[in-house]
Parts: sequence; structure tokens; C-alpha cells
Amino acid sequence: MSESLVVPTMAEMLAQGTQPEVLFWVGCAGSFDDRAKKITKAFVRILNRTNVSFAVLGTEESCTGDPAKRAGNEFLFQMQAMMNIEVLNAYEAKKIVTACPHCFNTLKNEYPELGGQYDVIHHTEFLKSLIDDGRLTVEGGQFKGKKITFHDPCYLGRANKVYEAPRDLIQKLDVELVEMKRSKANGLCCGAGGAQMFKDAEPGNKEVNVLRTEDALEVKPDIIAAGCPFCNTMLTDGIKHQEKEEQVKVMDIAELIANAQDL
Amino acid sequence: MSYLDNILFAILLIVGFGFFASSVKKIIRNINLGVDVNRKDNSKARWKNMALIALGQSKMVRRPVAGILHIFVYVGFIIINIELVEIIIDGLFGTHRIFAPYLGVIYDVLIASFEILAILVIFAVTVFWIRRNVIRLKRFINPDLNGFPKSDANYILYFETVLMLLFLFMDASDLHLQNVPGGFSHFHRAGSFPISQFIAPIFNGMSNELVALLFEVFWWLHIAGILVFMNYLYFSKHLHILLAFPNTYFANLNPEGQFDNLESVTKEVKLMMDPNADPFAAAPVDENAVPSKFGASDVQDLNWVQLLNAYTCTECGRCTSSCPANQTGKKLSPRKIMMDTRDRLQEVGKNIDANKGVFVPDNKTLLNDYITPEELWACTSCNACVEECPVNISPLSIIMDMRRYLVMEQSAAPMSLNAMMTNIENNGAPWQYSQQDRLNWKNEN
Repeated sequence: MSESLVVPTMAEMLAQGTQPEVLFWVGCAGSFDDRAKKITKAFVRILNRTNVSFAVLGTEESCTGDPAKRAGNEFLFQMQAMMNIEVLNAYEAKKIVTACPHCFNTLKNEYPELGGQYDVIHHTEFLKSLIDDGRLTVEGGQFKGKKITFHDPCYLGRANKVYEAPRDLIQKLDVELVEMKRSKANGLCCGAGGAQMFKDAEPGNKEVNVLRTEDALEVKPDIIAAGCPFCNTMLTDGIKHQEKEEQVKVMDIAELIANAQDL
Repeated sequence: MSYLDNILFAILLIVGFGFFASSVKKIIRNINLGVDVNRKDNSKARWKNMALIALGQSKMVRRPVAGILHIFVYVGFIIINIELVEIIIDGLFGTHRIFAPYLGVIYDVLIASFEILAILVIFAVTVFWIRRNVIRLKRFINPDLNGFPKSDANYILYFETVLMLLFLFMDASDLHLQNVPGGFSHFHRAGSFPISQFIAPIFNGMSNELVALLFEVFWWLHIAGILVFMNYLYFSKHLHILLAFPNTYFANLNPEGQFDNLESVTKEVKLMMDPNADPFAAAPVDENAVPSKFGASDVQDLNWVQLLNAYTCTECGRCTSSCPANQTGKKLSPRKIMMDTRDRLQEVGKNIDANKGVFVPDNKTLLNDYITPEELWACTSCNACVEECPVNISPLSIIMDMRRYLVMEQSAAPMSLNAMMTNIENNGAPWQYSQQDRLNWKNEN
């Protein structure tokens, strides 16, 4: 834990005349949200440990525009997209990895029509590929034998059909992976998507994140694994609402792997 | 020999199909009120979708009970249409079981399979009725079904039961007459009757003439019933039996998370970002340019696939029952979005009919008069409704287009969303942090 993080920027790389293997798109939550910053750092620790050559845009990164687009503000979205594409194309970015399914979806699916063609992968897919290539080995460590359930983020699962990579990673930890009654294509939203994160919910009889947390608690997990900073926040709030924060932790898959390796 | 029967039958057919054709024409015209969108690419994937989803019912069986029962009714519907060909030929030419001599054993197999399917349809429809009216599954008693939609569903069930019973009674009376010792009239031995043989005994003791008359009655009611049912489709959720096919063919093939790109906005944004563009120059004149509106406030602003979606929706409510907003008691119901769109489209269509082909503004719009902003803002864009729909309808695309109208034309987003958007505009993040601080996490503990 004590070793400091090595986080080169694209600008520094360019100055040295090198291209990283992969550009790590941190995202707004990963940059600013206190809980999500821990996910960012966990992922970077794994990258550092496995000697993956990566770089971030740093202060040149900006919001992908996802919440603006889903709130209906196509103007703002396209302005953000075009500015980001200009930066990415200037650095000749090819492969982008991100720990945020919203950034992932937008960069992967919505940027190409505006001139941004990249090979975009979610961090769970990237970690899986590191394991498959033998660059990263994972053992259970402190999680061995624990009961873990995975909440499918809508923008990773239904939106882009990534269901297996996160599950494969969890299973590498020698844990018991249990499925909620609604999972994969039937997964229930955490309640944050479509810009809901940034507004109050409409009147109803329950919050979506509370309902989803109930789904998760039904399988009596030790840990609820998430692959999205927004799901992480919503489920953490849900756990607090149920006063279960002592028994159940919400953790990103990058954190599970980093902690299992004592990184 | 009198040709009265044949002439009456021909008139019945012409009137039945004539009315139906005029309804179909109206539906096509109404769908074409929508904005054009290209869904003619990648025909291979489209045919595959249609084969798997509409023909193969692959998404229906995700809920196995309803799925399997639905397959009974669906196969029954398709197979009995083959029987209909014979009925039409017999009716027009005064023949009786015209295919029997040519098909031999195959004919027996066909008739037997129609009968078995007919009884399976009756069984399935009975269970459907129980699910709706006795068990009262939540998605069937939701308030968005109140009124006609609820009765419509039951009418369809009654209609199908009656049609199947008429078919079986028709066969049973035929079988009874086929078995008259020494033969009776033109009722020669043909077909195999695994189900109606159990109905046939009720004709024992009746005079042959009476049974023959009853046969005629069943036969006429059956075909007339089918024609009436066909014409009822236009008014009913049952239209899906036809539109499920084009609807799955023209459905979106992109990943569910990929929302469409608004070209009109791209043009404007490019112009804004181009340092060489003269901000005071007059816009280039485009003769084909339609005064554009961002997003959708009424059905004419939606694209034709969204309007086809609305006509295809069978109001099964799988979308609504999987919607996180709906499950937590919010007003949003994706099914209601589709039903409202269809209702409004029908209203606009009637307006056009009443005004000699032009739409006269009626001071109503899909937004507000049918769908409220509260419903639209409750959506998490999670795609559960899109994933669930057995015929690939996307309520989400309509919700998004209407949000676009609210935000870009009316600046009517909720306050908190406006704050989020201002932050993105000024700081490049939805929260109020400076872009210069984006890498601070690196050195924090």
C-alpha cells in the first residue's frame, strides 16, 4: 500500500516519444468521487504491479457527456464528445480502458459516429485479458471462501452484453459466487443511470437502489461486487439504508483483485 | 343448382377483405407520418431477427408459462390458416373438403393436427383468461390497462374460443354425417377427427337434415367469425399477429446502450466549434430543409419505426413489470408510453381523415396530453423494457426523444439536472470540481 502510484499522462508519454499500450479513461466519478477514487487507485495498483504501459489524460480529460445525452441534452453531449475526440485523436489513442460502464458505453458506441474510433474495453475485460495472457495471477487471499454476488451494471450488461468477464474474475478469487434472482440480462438497475444520479427520484413508494439492495441481501452475501462507480454508490447507500454496513461490503472488482493480492 | 350460397360467400369475402385492406392502408399511412430512419441495412441480420423472434418466438419463452401457451395459440393460428384456404375454395366453388381426394392420408394428418391445435388453443386461452381475471397477475391489472384495453384482451380470448369451438363443432357434425349408413348427400368420408369424435355423439338422434343444417351454420359462422376477427385487429392490441414480423425486421440492431446520434445537432455543433466559421454568415440555403425541431413532442416527430412499434405493442406489460421505476411505484410505465403513442397516432389519423388528408392542429400533443414529464424523468435508461419486449419494441427511444424536446426546445429539465449540465459545460464534470483537479487522486491517500 505504501508504494506510490505511477500514473503517467499522455502528454508526458508524448514528450518522451512513446505510446502507452492502453489509455486509462478515469471518468468523472473515478477522478472526483471519494469512493470511486479508491477504485481508480486499486486499478492503477494492478496496472503498476503488472507493468502495463498505460497513461491517463489527466487534466485534459473531460466528461464523456453520458449524463447530458441521457438527460436529453444532445448539444452538450456532442460538444463534450467532439472536444474529447479532438484530444484523443491528437494523441492517436487506439485502445482505451475504463472502470466506468457509462464512459465505456459512450466511448465505444456513441463516439464512432462523431469521428472517434477506438478499441474500448471495460476494466473487468482488461483484467481478464491480463490473466488470460499470464500477466496477472490472482488467488483468493483474504476473500477465500467468502460469498460474493455480482450486480450487473446496465451499461455493461444489457447495453453491451458483458456478463462473463466480471464473473470470471470473481471466480478466480476462490469464492462462492451467488447469483441474485435478477441477474445478467434480467438484472435490475441500481437507480443511477439515465442521469438519475444527479437528481431526486420521482415520487414512488421506494428507491430503486433500496429494491436492488434487497435483491442482493436475499442471497446473504459477504460482499456485493460491482463494476460501476455509480452502482457502487447506490448499493453502498442501499446497504446503509438497511443498516447492514457492518456485515456486507460493496466493492468494485478491481478492488477485490487488488486487495486479494495485497496491493 | 343455385349459386346463391357461392355469391353470398364471395360478397362476404370481398367485404371482409375490403374493409381490412382499408384499415391496413390507414395504418401504413399513419406509420409514414413518422420521420424517416434507415432500417434497410444489414438485411441478413434483420431476417435472422425476424425468424428467431417473430417466427421462432425466442423471446416469448423467457417467461415459460405464458411462452409455451402462446406458442399453442400462435401455431394454431398459423396452421388453421391452411384450413382456411380449403374453406375459401369450398365456399367459392360449392365443393366440400376439396383437398381430401388429392391429399389422402396427409389430409387425415392435417385435419387431425388442426383439431389437436384447436383444443390446445382453447386450453391456452382458458389459462390466459384465468391469469387475467382470476389470478389477476399484476401486469394485467395495472391502471394503464383500465377501460378498453382490459376488455379488448378478454374479447380476443372469447373470440378465439368461439372460433375454435365452431371449428370443432363443424368437424363433429361433418363426421356424424360421414358415418350415416349408406352415405348422406356430399358428406363423404374424409379426414381424421381425434377431438371432434367426442363431440359428434351429441348429434345422435337428430335428423340428418338438421345436422346438415347445423353444419352449414357452424361453417358460415366460423368463416364469418374469422373475417370479423380480422377486421377487429385494427382496433385491437391483437394487431401484433401481423406487425410482429415487420417490427422485428426493422428493429434496432445497434447495442442497446448506443443511443441515436442527432445529425441536426452535429451540424450545429461542428459549426460552433469551427474556428473558421463566420458566426454572422447566413445559413446555407437548403431547399429540402424542413424547419427542424429537436426531440419529439408529438407523434409526427417520432420516427416511423417508433410508430410501427406503437401499433405492434400487444400490451403484455413485460416491459412495465421489469421497469425499475415502475417497480418502485413511480408513474412511468413503458407499456403506457407505447399505448399513449398509438392512441395519439390514431387520433391524429382520424383528424387527417376528417380533414381531407391534412392534419388540422388540435391543440394537443403526445407530450403533456398523454405522457407527462414526470413519467419521462423517472426513466433510468436501463434498457430492461427493451430487453424484455418479446417483439423488440423500444419504449426507451421514445422516452429519450421526448426528453430531448423538453431539454433542448423547452429548457424544461428538472433543476438538479440543469445544475449537472451547467457543471459539465463549465468544468467538464457533472460535479462542481475544476478540470485542473482531475488528477489530484494520484497523490491523495
